Amino acid sequence: MTATEAITRAPDAARRSRPRRGERRKVQHKGAIAIFTGPFGVLFLLFYLIPIGYAVWKSLQVVQREGTYGAPQEVFGGLTQYALVFQNGPFWESVGRVLLFGVVQVPIMLGLALLFALLLDSPALKGKRFFRLAFFAPYAVPGVIAAIMWGFLYSPNLSPFTDVTRAIDFLSPEMVLWSIANVVTWVFVGYNMLIIYSALLAIPSEVYEAARLDGAGQIRIAWSIKIPMVAPAIVLTAVFSIIGTLQLLAEPQVFRSFSSAVSSGFTPNMLIYATSSVPNTQLAAAFSVVLALATFALSFTFLKSTQRKAAQ
Amino acid sequence: MSMLTRTRGATADDLAPARSRGARESIFSRGAALLVMGVFTLYFVVPIWWLFIASTKDRGDLLTTPALWFAEWNFFTNVGDLISYGDGIYFRWLLNSIGYAVVGALLATVFAAMCGYALAKYRFPGRELFFNVVLGGVLVPATALALPLFLLFSQVNLTNTYWAVLLPSIVSPFGVYLSRIYAASSVPDELIEAGRIDGAGEVRTFFTVSVRLMTPALVTVFLFQFVSIWNNFFLPLIMLRSAELFPITYGLYSWNTQLNQIPELRTYVLTGSFLSIVPLIVAFLLLQRFWRNGLGSGSVK
Repeated sequence: MTATEAITRAPDAARRSRPRRGERRKVQHKGAIAIFTGPFGVLFLLFYLIPIGYAVWKSLQVVQREGTYGAPQEVFGGLTQYALVFQNGPFWESVGRVLLFGVVQVPIMLGLALLFALLLDSPALKGKRFFRLAFFAPYAVPGVIAAIMWGFLYSPNLSPFTDVTRAIDFLSPEMVLWSIANVVTWVFVGYNMLIIYSALLAIPSEVYEAARLDGAGQIRIAWSIKIPMVAPAIVLTAVFSIIGTLQLLAEPQVFRSFSSAVSSGFTPNMLIYATSSVPNTQLAAAFSVVLALATFALSFTFLKSTQRKAAQ
Repeated sequence: MSMLTRTRGATADDLAPARSRGARESIFSRGAALLVMGVFTLYFVVPIWWLFIASTKDRGDLLTTPALWFAEWNFFTNVGDLISYGDGIYFRWLLNSIGYAVVGALLATVFAAMCGYALAKYRFPGRELFFNVVLGGVLVPATALALPLFLLFSQVNLTNTYWAVLLPSIVSPFGVYLSRIYAASSVPDELIEAGRIDGAGEVRTFFTVSVRLMTPALVTVFLFQFVSIWNNFFLPLIMLRSAELFPITYGLYSWNTQLNQIPELRTYVLTGSFLSIVPLIVAFLLLQRFWRNGLGSGSVK
């Protein structure tokens, strides 16, 4: 069972094994259960559930003043903040920007990761160990450091590739989004490659036997057997990539020191940070809630739709 | 890596007939595969190589000498300057990062393992609801939590402290998920029963027997959490004001934003960036075996 399948299947399996009403036994080992689940449960409550609840509550508040100079007061404002979110041009611009980013960057990154994984798994390639290490190494570079490094590489006067940077301005308003996409791709391709490669290694040898008897070539085997069998792993990497894309922050934030084309509200998360330091915490909270819901909905929909396709 | 054990003979290496069919095609495809991988090796490695070269040069050489090869060797001078700059703040940042990531990931792993194990091995009312809520937590991005956490922490005066970054880091819903899946498949109920018959308590059985069986999954949980804490940027950005609390990534970021005012920081940013990724790359290469196994263990049967 793959991780993604398990996510959706686990509840079903549990429903089946749950004792029927009336025959429910007394819970045994209550003390142990409390000791085991207690610490995580409390921490999850404190640092996940309560913050989420607090953000929702905060997003329902508005600030009112008595007169122009009166003391500000927080009062319940219903969905006022959400109405403001939907009228907020910069927010939707930033959402559009990261969606455009994701639509281009995620398929390129996963396509490359799949290609590398298939090549690593094919008999045509020598020196697999070396390539695996070289391709995975960038994943050890944190996003901030990778962005600083590439920022220097892109800078016209510092770059080792001055011929290229003189011809193309990587930090221009038109290019900077794709320059950032390159940084993200550079960091994460090797990681996604390893996930897909692990899935390829897990395919049992019997699966290839029929194809071997039919005289199928490497490319045919890759296309008709390997890719369908690692599809769940690709879905998993895609969901993580979607989440990552909507949450873009570190790389563009770093690029602000290299390029004036990156505004303080370039991505939704940057806008949330900027809004909260104005400070307009109520609106920032509403942004956070909308963004979290959008991320959740998008990754959930993607999971579901690919599973339906696989079931057909 | 030789540690990479292929238990099956299942690569296409075994497809001897297909291979012997055309040696020419084989040479062609070998060449093509090597070319593709070779070109991309340059893409992945050259930036890191450049960073290394840059960290060996003084400020003048950085701009005037060929970027991908050594000039005068000033690496140790640069490192010395870096360490002494700002009363050794760089070293402090490095220690902070190690502290946040090691302590955070260790505690997160222990708590997630205990919880996942209980969800796999005990029956209690609300178990599935609990698990589903935690699973929802996997899909909630950590950055969505940063702002509300900041607002809450500022009410209890915990912002701008070590706690502000450390405490949220010790919760790993993904760890609970993986621990549950793995415990269900790798810790036999009979073993726990045997422990009971021998008179060992539940907690003791867990820490002496079950944890060992769960080790591959736990290494994965630890590594995932370690990396996500090490790379976390939003939380320090929003929580911390005092430079002495910064993790290394945020510290280097703050230097990078001051480059226009203080140009000599450029050498420190470059040397500091290089130094900060060396231990991670070395650790990754050494731990790759666990990574591979761990990544696969999301798909155990």
